[in-house]
Order: sequence, then C-alpha cells, then structure tokens
Amino acid sequence: MEHYLSLFIKAIFVENLALAFFLGMCTFLAVSKKMETAIGLGIAVVVVQTITIPVNNLIFKYILSEGALSWAGFEGDLTFLGLISYIGVIAAMVQILEMTLDKYFPKLYNALGIFLPLITVNCAILGGSLFMVERDYNFTESVVFGLGGGVGWAIAIIALAGIREKMNYSDVPDGLKGLGITFMTVGLMSLAFMAFSGISL
Amino acid sequence: MSRFKEVLFRPIFDENPIALQILGICSALAVTTKMDTVITMSLAVIFVCTFANGAVSLIRKEVPPSIRIIVQMTIIATLVILVDQFLKAFAYEISKQLSVFVGLIITNCIVLGRAEGFAMKNPVGWSLLDGFGNGLGYSFILIVVGVFRELFGSGTLFGVPLMKSVTEGGWYPTNGLMLLAPSAFFIIGGIIWAIRAWKPEQVEED
Repeated sequence: MEHYLSLFIKAIFVENLALAFFLGMCTFLAVSKKMETAIGLGIAVVVVQTITIPVNNLIFKYILSEGALSWAGFEGDLTFLGLISYIGVIAAMVQILEMTLDKYFPKLYNALGIFLPLITVNCAILGGSLFMVERDYNFTESVVFGLGGGVGWAIAIIALAGIREKMNYSDVPDGLKGLGITFMTVGLMSLAFMAFSGISL
Repeated sequence: MSRFKEVLFRPIFDENPIALQILGICSALAVTTKMDTVITMSLAVIFVCTFANGAVSLIRKEVPPSIRIIVQMTIIATLVILVDQFLKAFAYEISKQLSVFVGLIITNCIVLGRAEGFAMKNPVGWSLLDGFGNGLGYSFILIVVGVFRELFGSGTLFGVPLMKSVTEGGWYPTNGLMLLAPSAFFIIGGIIWAIRAWKPEQVEED
C-alpha cells in the first residue's frame, strides 16, 4: 500500500508530467487562459489517463511483449508495433468515452466540449503510456501512475490558469504579451516544482 | 520561385511553429540540454514532417473527411516507428537519451497541424516543401535553445569543451540552472520576445 501511495505522490509532484517533463505543453499553453476551461481539460486528462495507461499496460503485456502470444504459436517480438497500438488505443478510448458521455452524462459531455477530441494529440497521454512501458509498471502500478499523472497535470494547468487570470491586470512589455510571458510564468512554476525533486519517498 | 521561397522560409521567422503557432513545444523543451540530442531530434522531426505532409497530400482526395484524422495519425505513427527503429539500430546511445521523446513525435502537433492545415489542401510538391520548412522552423528554435543550454550549462558544444569548467580546473563556473528544466522556458520566452521586437506585427493584443 505504501509503495502505491509513494508512487501516486511522486507522479503528482516530483515527476509532474507538465512541469518536469514538459508533456502536453501545446494544450497547456493554449488552453490556460480561463479557469473554467482549464478545469474541464484537467478533468478530461485525469479520466483519459486513468483509462488508457492500464489498457495499454494490458496490451503491452499480453500482446506485444516477447513471447506473449506463444499460446497461439507465435514466438516473435512485437514491441516495434508499440507506438502505433498505443496511439490507436488512445484514439479509440477517447472516441468511446465521448460517445458514452454523450449518451449517459450529457452535462459532463457539454462541459468538456471540444477538449475530449483534443486529448488524442495531447502528448501527456501518450507520454504516460510510454513511461509506463519504459519503467516496467505492473497493472496496479499503472492504474496509480495514470491517476497520479493526470491529477498532477490538472493541478499544473489549473494553477497556470489562475496566474494568467491575475496577470490580465499587469503591464507586460509589448513583445512579451501573450505567449512570451506565459513561457516565463511556466518557467517560474516549474522552478517552484523543482523543490519537490529532493523528496524521496 | 517566390512561392518556393515563401513556402520554405515563412515558417522559420514569420510563422514559426513554436514561437507563433504554439505547436510542438513539448519535445522542444525536453531534449535541448545537449546538442547531440537536439540535432538528432531536429532531423527526426524534419524527416517525419516532410514525408507525412507528402503522404497525406498524395491521398488527400481519396480519404473521406470523417476518418481523415485517424488516417493521418496512422501515417505519422508509421513514419515515427521507422525513425525509432532506425535510431535504436544505429544510434543506440542517443536513442536511450531521447527516451520517450522520439515516440512523442507522433503527438507533436507540428506534424498533425501541418498535415491538416496545409497538406490536405495542396499538391504533393508544395506539401513536401511546407513540411520541410516547418521542420526547419522547429529545428531553428531547438538549436538556439540547445546552444544556450549546453554552452552555459556545461561549457561545451557537441561535447567539445569550449569554456573549461571550474570542476575540471578551468575558469568557467557552470550555470546549473541551464541544465534544469525551467531554463528552457526562459530561453524560449526570450526568443519569442526577440522575434516580436523585430517583427512587431506578431504582438498579441490583450
């Protein structure tokens, strides 16, 4: 239990996908102007991340890894197909999630709006799956890692949106307006998050 | 000829994918501590972007619009797998250092963005050129950031010591911040500031 708790905390703070690994930066910078949209996107990422990483974990273990298909008489190593299968799974999951939400939770579906399809090309999602493979997580670990990674990303984007809303009132030099100052802000946030990096759990 | 120049060079300063279009930032930040990885990553992105654009443009009239995104993703993923396997076979060390970031070219929005925004509407030749130009624009930012970070962070370029660091008995006290993640944000922010000071029409209104 302790092991999973430390993995969870580590995924949120120490190895924050957005601020320590720069994943999902495009959406992170582009969709953080307003608080509500940031919260919507954050929740969507948590949900998709928690579903896709464990599913990709199963696919990796029972289909792609070496000898996984030996019961069917196939002895080869299919890991080179990894990238294309993970992105396929992510695209399919997002599509299924979209249809389910539309049918059963129309309110949530409307709140998330265009962010769900955008998530397919969010590198935080694919990055999470690739880290899961690289670090050799088992199924439970990948559930915890998916949830933690998603929550970490959501916290980061919500914090950034808060700062940017406040920043509307400040006087920024012309050339830095918009994207430039956002980069600087994220840099400072990432510096702050580095304070967690010394923690070993 | 003028169109040729425009398609090829516009993405470098006027419509830089990173500095103006906010595309493909993730990998730009993570791989820039060393020039070796910067150059490898740049070449990989130029390759994928050029040929993905070409391939998407080739089939642009055959693909029904409803499934075009998934078709584009498949093309891109296939090209990225090629690059990934190639690096693993011939440059294993660098491929280890790039870790997941080669795979993440798939979700690098430059590639999908150009496929969707340019290649779906233009003939093959121009699309190839546009892909190449955007790859160059991406590499330009990556190289500038990489030079700053490696030179000031460890006093070397491509691993060759230019400013001998204090730890090795030289005179240059290395700036550890440059090797850490946040420095990349400050440098890119600075580049954006510089480009916009030079080309004021890119300044965003509040």
